Amino acid sequence: MTYDDVVSFSGSAGLIFFMVLFAVVLIYALRPGNKRKFDDAARIPFKED
Amino acid sequence: MTDGHTRAVAGTTYGTGALLVLGAILGLFLVAGATDSVMSFHGVLFVAFCVLGVYWLIARQFGGEKDAGRAATEDARYNDGVVRAGVIASTFWGVVGFTVGLVIALQLAFPVLNLDLPWTTFGRLRPLHTSAVVFAFGGNVLIATSFHVVQRTCRARLAGDSASWFVFWGYNLFIVIAASGYVLGVTQAKEYAEPEWYADLWLTVVWVVYLLVFLATLWKRKEPHIYVANWFYLAFIVTVAMLHIVNGLAVPVSWTGTASYSLFAGVQSALTQWWYGHNAVGFFLTAGFLGIMYYFIPKQAERPVYSYRLSIVHFWTLIFLYIWAGPHHLHYTALPDWAQTLGMTFSIMLWMPSWGGMINGLMTLSGAWDKLRTDPVIRMLVISVAFYGMSTFEGPVMSIKAVNSLSHYTDWTIGHVHSGALGWVGFVSFGAIYFLTPVLWHRQRLYSLKLVNLHFWVATIGILLYITAMWVSGILQGLMWRAYDSLGFLEYSFVETVEAMHPFYVIRAAGGALFVVGGLIMAYNVWRTIRGDLRDEAPVSSQPSLAATPAE
Repeated sequence: MTYDDVVSFSGSAGLIFFMVLFAVVLIYALRPGNKRKFDDAARIPFKED
Repeated sequence: MTDGHTRAVAGTTYGTGALLVLGAILGLFLVAGATDSVMSFHGVLFVAFCVLGVYWLIARQFGGEKDAGRAATEDARYNDGVVRAGVIASTFWGVVGFTVGLVIALQLAFPVLNLDLPWTTFGRLRPLHTSAVVFAFGGNVLIATSFHVVQRTCRARLAGDSASWFVFWGYNLFIVIAASGYVLGVTQAKEYAEPEWYADLWLTVVWVVYLLVFLATLWKRKEPHIYVANWFYLAFIVTVAMLHIVNGLAVPVSWTGTASYSLFAGVQSALTQWWYGHNAVGFFLTAGFLGIMYYFIPKQAERPVYSYRLSIVHFWTLIFLYIWAGPHHLHYTALPDWAQTLGMTFSIMLWMPSWGGMINGLMTLSGAWDKLRTDPVIRMLVISVAFYGMSTFEGPVMSIKAVNSLSHYTDWTIGHVHSGALGWVGFVSFGAIYFLTPVLWHRQRLYSLKLVNLHFWVATIGILLYITAMWVSGILQGLMWRAYDSLGFLEYSFVETVEAMHPFYVIRAAGGALFVVGGLIMAYNVWRTIRGDLRDEAPVSSQPSLAATPAE
């Protein structure tokens, strides 16, 4: 395995890793079931002075 | 307080005391064996710190019934004392850091101000300025606000009794050691990481305690969800620990001397340095201060953040993209081409989370835009987010190789840094300090909102003078450097470019002076608020406004 192989493999692997990660974040953030939880969370600062 | 709790507090007190005694002995060894005078001076500082710490612990443990009573009534639910200390320290270091910045700006315009003394030359005062504003001012703001926010949003008292005070005083000791070292000529010559190995080790100890205090407070939270501001603070603390340790790896020449050699050399050293350097921007000056944005803007606007979902996407994308952006500092160097392109690409992708975050901050005011007219504190917070949007637009543009070939090594970079530092970091910190002061000292309101308004305008005009001067100067400088005559020779000598920049250096210094004046106005306002004074003044809202005049 040469230096160039490692460079090109890390490029593709990194791309796939980040795309999957981004999809997971989006699903977690936008899932309708989480809406209540996040609405409550947004009000946390107002529970104390 | 339960008996078990009291015993636990006594236990950590004795533990801390024992460590401080050990520290004092270690400091004495440093003083006795020091191979250079700066090390013996810093050894003395360290001994003094440990001795004062032991004295403070004894006084607290056995001395004051009065103190204990006061703590029980005022600070029973939350540890506000350390946050109050942080607000005072931030205000103090802010004024110091801005002033040193003004001095070096004037030195660039009028070199005679170097005074021909080694201690006052630009080369030693420049790291003094950057460390004073970034680490002393910014760091104290972050420690104070993170301790405040984590307690309020977890509804839990700060974990560890003396540990949080150790973080505050230990961090400020690091600042004093670093700053006095610079003036005396001690540096490891890494930008934004100038302190030598022994100061680095001390900061590591302090930072790990900081992380533990923060994590332990999250651990005992009474709120099931961890509020998004804490995520940003936690990312800031963890990442800064990692960056600091890796970039600081060095072999000291002697265990009792100040000098050391970095573990890295050549292009690896450069890449490690700018991986550190750019993430000092990304995680210290951005993620940490976004924690401030996500708590203090909703609090001051009295409405929840525009979209909590967006804040989650903002957080994860920001931290995963920022860490790769560093190589854009090394365009057209010995760094492999693909690594430069990677740095550039990730910098451009950073537009998305940065602007997502900016929109989230600004839109929190949707439906309450009138507050901008009546509340100068919210105006300060909002303009900080606007500057955040502007500088995070400019940054990716400058990371593009073609643009960078013009902008790199010129004053454009300095202007870019200051639109982020003065506009974003400065103003969001001022907003947080103005919010915290009446809350922490239980005052009805700030001493004067008119003075906040004055601070806002003086500082804003100062920033505008600063960045416009640096844009013109930087692009002028870049164009002069790359100008060739018909025979293929460089058109200008270096000193001609220096001469051309002089007027812009004077304008920049004028802008800096206004920013210092703004800092002094804030310090005065904070001091009068702490004293409990209220200025007799009409509310800002009753000022006649142009909008009220009917159009003919």
